[in-house]
Amino acid sequence: MIGAGKMKQYGNVLEKPLSKGRHEVSLSAFAFLFSELVQYNQTQVDNIAELERRLEDAGYAVGARVLELLCHREKGNRRETRLLGILSFVHSTVWKVLFGKVADSLEKGTEHEDEYMISEKELLVNRFISIPKDMGTFNCGAFVAGIVRGVLDSAGFPAVVTAHFVPMEGLQRPRTTILIKFAEEVIKREARLG
Amino acid sequence: MAPLPPRSGDAVFANIERVNAELFSLTYGAIVRQLLTDLEEVDEVNKQLDQMGYNIGVRLIDEFLAKSNVSRCADFKETADVIAKVGFKMFLGVTASVTNWDADGMSCSLILEDNPLVDFVELPDTCQGLYYCNILSGVVRGALEMVSMKTEVTWIRDMLHGDDAYELRVKLLKQVPEEYPYKDDD
Repeated sequence: MIGAGKMKQYGNVLEKPLSKGRHEVSLSAFAFLFSELVQYNQTQVDNIAELERRLEDAGYAVGARVLELLCHREKGNRRETRLLGILSFVHSTVWKVLFGKVADSLEKGTEHEDEYMISEKELLVNRFISIPKDMGTFNCGAFVAGIVRGVLDSAGFPAVVTAHFVPMEGLQRPRTTILIKFAEEVIKREARLG
Repeated sequence: MAPLPPRSGDAVFANIERVNAELFSLTYGAIVRQLLTDLEEVDEVNKQLDQMGYNIGVRLIDEFLAKSNVSRCADFKETADVIAKVGFKMFLGVTASVTNWDADGMSCSLILEDNPLVDFVELPDTCQGLYYCNILSGVVRGALEMVSMKTEVTWIRDMLHGDDAYELRVKLLKQVPEEYPYKDDD
């Protein structure tokens, strides 16, 4: 039962000084952990869509916390209120802190006004992953899509975020594109703000 | 070819690819939260975390041996030292200390003061029975099993429960003699 073995707890996480975020662990430690996340979730689902949704949920929880952390540490407690501002925050600040580099590109969709894309040649979470043929379009990038959705949603920009593989000419491995489709209200608000 | 000299944990850590520890701890947090939602019982979550750690340990030992050039340890004392000084450093970037040996040298404590898994973590009242870092004990157990040591790894102290450090008790249950299916000159 949750709550069994109750012990007295001291200290408060908010009283601890905020680290500068420069600590590192080995890439393999993260890769092992992420692989366990994927494998565990595989045991909980019976189709690919569900698996992607669960990975996205896990990412969402990370994203919501990342927004809070980075707004406090990197932006003097200010949060972006404009669409392009928040997108470049994700593409630059968030990416840089989490993955050590700015994302390869940030583009606006040409066909739809409400679509934006962040692309990465070699997304960290896809680096050690090969997708078996019977798993079709499954993309571990769903976890990163979840992080992006978590950041955007918590900042007041609800969106549908999905990860896709895009084959690249001359490259062995496809790049990963995170497709962001903003909710209607976000686009309307943005238009009103001019 | 003569075996290469073992490398220090710092040397290995400095030369491998690294990622931000916050991505690591937040991802781990997301895993723990998923398990709590799915399994509902803290004991089940402890068990699942241990199992995940075991799976990792079984795979991680290969990378450890390949990158550290550590060869067979003479005794369990040396094993514990290598885990604390090389293993923890190489993967998590922190060093543990080894203390509290029992008289016959079969069990000891690994003490961690820094633990990258627990950044930003506070246990709510409803999760007091949770061993948040239980994945670590699984990793140690799994990795040692691959080098023929059956161990029992338990948490003695946990800062999330109000203690002043993280203390892992590692007890050597038995050494499984290795049986080679082939001879050296095959």
